[in-house]
Amino acid sequence: MPEASYSADEMMTIAAARMIRNGASLFVGIGLPSAAANLARLTHAPETVLIYESGTIGTRPSVLPLSIGDGELAETADAVVSVPEMFAYWLQGGRIDLGFLGAAQIDRFANINTTVIGEYRKPSTRLPGAGGAPEIATCCKEVLITLRHSKRAFVNKLDFLTSSGHMEGGDSRERMQLPGKGPTAVITDLGVLTPDPVTRELTLTSVHPGVTAEKVVENTGWPLKVAPVVETLAPPSENELRVLRELNERTRRAHTEQV
Amino acid sequence: MATILQLNEAIQALVRDGDTIALEGFTHLIPFAAGHEIIRQRRRNLTLVRMTPDLIYDQLIGAGCAAKLVFSWGGNPGVGSLYRLRDAVENGWPSPLEIEEHAHAGMATAYAAGASGLPFGVLRGYLGTDLPKYNANIKFIECPFTGEKLAAVPAHRPDVTVVHAQKADRRGNVLMWGVVGVQKEAVLAAKRSIVTVEEVVDRLDAPPNSVVLPSWVVGAVCPVKGGAFPSYAQGYYPRNNAFYKKWDGISRERETFQKWLERHIMGTRDFGAFKQSLEEATQYA
Repeated sequence: MPEASYSADEMMTIAAARMIRNGASLFVGIGLPSAAANLARLTHAPETVLIYESGTIGTRPSVLPLSIGDGELAETADAVVSVPEMFAYWLQGGRIDLGFLGAAQIDRFANINTTVIGEYRKPSTRLPGAGGAPEIATCCKEVLITLRHSKRAFVNKLDFLTSSGHMEGGDSRERMQLPGKGPTAVITDLGVLTPDPVTRELTLTSVHPGVTAEKVVENTGWPLKVAPVVETLAPPSENELRVLRELNERTRRAHTEQV
Repeated sequence: MATILQLNEAIQALVRDGDTIALEGFTHLIPFAAGHEIIRQRRRNLTLVRMTPDLIYDQLIGAGCAAKLVFSWGGNPGVGSLYRLRDAVENGWPSPLEIEEHAHAGMATAYAAGASGLPFGVLRGYLGTDLPKYNANIKFIECPFTGEKLAAVPAHRPDVTVVHAQKADRRGNVLMWGVVGVQKEAVLAAKRSIVTVEEVVDRLDAPPNSVVLPSWVVGAVCPVKGGAFPSYAQGYYPRNNAFYKKWDGISRERETFQKWLERHIMGTRDFGAFKQSLEEATQYA
């Protein structure tokens, strides 16, 4: 097999972008989710409505924002609303199709931790915390999660449950009356995991080109279920790669202007 | 009616040791100049409230001003950790920091309840998360009409709220626009308030439905040009993303942080001098 002309991170962003339906309203977290959402908007999903928790609705930034409230997000938005309005009317009001989150840790039912590594009161690593994620995870109609694959991130037990996925699996999410249907895919730098329709346990359903199912299992901190048929995703198209690289280059230039 | 004051006078008059204080601004219009003045005046034992403690709270915590932090997301957006916040939580340096941790939806609801004069706010939130296990200020109630399980949080009622805005007129009416975050609610929820502004103008010319804080709900208005740096003021200057990245290196170790603090904040008389000292440091670096 020839050496790939793209990185695993690029493949992850492109695979995540492909999952975004044109026209969907999308609540976007900063970092990997923001890159994927903007790539989708600049390729196959131009009508995607990007919403950032700073209050910007229908924003079209030319570079990836460093923060959730960069000026360009407000300048290019259809509307800018206050933060209480964003979380009350738009998110809790059930207006948003798709929430897009990152995570430090994830478990087999796609519950996520962005709060602490270690004990809460004496953490070994204090992470930023919840932000908008708990209500994004429960109130959006559907949730995508993207993070890099490793045993440190894909853990048997979360140190802290920050945002709800499928809780203890099965129908536990419905029994708790969480409004949205929860995570429908986890996109990593190795492949894509989707919840089993009955048990809701994350199952490896596709891998990126050149990645084996064994490698994904090795990098997961629990005995990962593997679908009977694991699809290999199409490599990045020339257009996807070009648009992503141009976006990253514009972003790099914009964020390194002299202090 | 708001009084138009110099920033150091306003902090002196309105911020006391032991106060619960909210410096708000959601990535935009963060009141950095006011935060620096609180550090210069060596306020202590503050309870700091803020949805997104970023660099300004990292500086206040590292400088030893804070006893407690009430927050929902504490990081350097797009860059990484707040090392001074982490050092306080993980190692108790420079002093132990009590934390009360929420999600954004809960914080926004608590401010709105405070502005409404209600004892608590209600939201469809915190479902399934571990946060209520560690925060006694998150409780669940049953909707009296449908039986739905909803979260309740007590209202935020800061002793002082500090925000930055684009403009005020000479009577102290304040106008802000762009990403306006939770500033209006935070000011209306507080017992006292300070608003720093880019400029004081003869006429505000606020379009209908603008975010205006009328003079009679504001305590002090202080003109501080560029007072939100390194965050931004829409229509005035962009976010200085490069400084946010640079903060990662400055704040990572106690020694480099303390040197920076002594030179650029404690060693300068006001925000103008602070910015000048930063420029000189960059020039001769």
